[in-house]
Amino acid sequence: MEVITRGAVIPEPGNSVENKTGTWRVFKPIIHYEKCIRCLICWQFCPEPAILLYEDEETKKKTPAPKEPLKRLPVVEIDYDYCKGCGICYNECPVNAIEFVKEEK
Amino acid sequence: MNYEKEEFFAPGHGLCAGCAAPIIVRWILKLAGPNTIVTNATGCLEVATTAYPRTSWRVPWIHVAFENAAAVASGIDAALKAKGEKVNIIAFGGDGGTVDIGMQALSGMVERGHNVLYVLYDNEAYMNTGIQRSGATPWGAWTTTSKVGSANPIGKLRPKKPIAKIIAAHDAPYVATANPAFFNDFKKKVKKALSIEGPKFLHVLSSCTTGWRHDPSKTIEILRLATETGLFPLYEIENGDFENMRITYKPKKFKPVEEYLKPQGRFRHLFKNPEYIKKLQKDVDEWWAKYGKYYRP
Repeated sequence: MEVITRGAVIPEPGNSVENKTGTWRVFKPIIHYEKCIRCLICWQFCPEPAILLYEDEETKKKTPAPKEPLKRLPVVEIDYDYCKGCGICYNECPVNAIEFVKEEK
Repeated sequence: MNYEKEEFFAPGHGLCAGCAAPIIVRWILKLAGPNTIVTNATGCLEVATTAYPRTSWRVPWIHVAFENAAAVASGIDAALKAKGEKVNIIAFGGDGGTVDIGMQALSGMVERGHNVLYVLYDNEAYMNTGIQRSGATPWGAWTTTSKVGSANPIGKLRPKKPIAKIIAAHDAPYVATANPAFFNDFKKKVKKALSIEGPKFLHVLSSCTTGWRHDPSKTIEILRLATETGLFPLYEIENGDFENMRITYKPKKFKPVEEYLKPQGRFRHLFKNPEYIKKLQKDVDEWWAKYGKYYRP
């Protein structure tokens, strides 16, 4: 039997990452990088957060972009381990770069 | 230091897909940074982010009971003052834990002048226990305790409790209403609140896909409409100075209230009688006729 900590204290910050809420998903957002203008609105509004920001040169450069200079800007990737498929990113994307498709399992 | 690119709120929490509360919390923590202690009233946020033995919080966090997020925050403030430490203390409460059950604790916290930022994420009913009406539920909304039928075709028969005005009437240094869909305004108000010494109160509208009965992807869109229709005005009041209240956003052209009501199942019955829509539109028009002069961008 697991021993409950005194006062039900949870000593490890942020350990909810062990819950992979991606299994909840019915619809799945997919970013089409050739349309993505890297405005970060999806990252801003993600409630999980399951949209991660990458600022390293390697990811910024290797990810496709509609225009070459945009590759200087930070880029996002969806973490499907946690994305519950709410579709806020798909709904808010100003350039319709996010497709929302039925999840196949 | 700018911590906007760091996450102090971890994924893996159990809040519904499309819930607005984690967006609000995530950004308030980013703006406050790691030197923060959070107290939380009972509610969706507390239950879904700290299912034992896991937590989504990367800052010290405490929950005691439904009614006393503000009282616990007051105690933390007193302790830190005695120790001579400076830490951001933030209390999060839903509308049930703030406008109904936690009202006296909050009133006391403001009266005693504790250095706490109290954030109300207002989803306009007791969503955690199954969509019961609260003091913050608006007129005409369906909930499981303001049911709609032949005896009552309207839903909730009373208007929303004006909580921001009530706290402002305590002469609190800073009171503001905010909406995450108006992101820059929201961020500005959080930063301003954190920079002020004493009790601060932020009333943030937070849509609930389950209780408002809307598509999860429409969360931000519906929140935006709440302000674009004039139903949820964004303003701030400092030191209880109502005469110098400042409306921070005014739509160039107000959208009709129907646009906000239509996508939400909780207002579906109102469309059976045009008088109900007219009443809500009249309420909004009257509010803006009375307070519109305080628009000071």
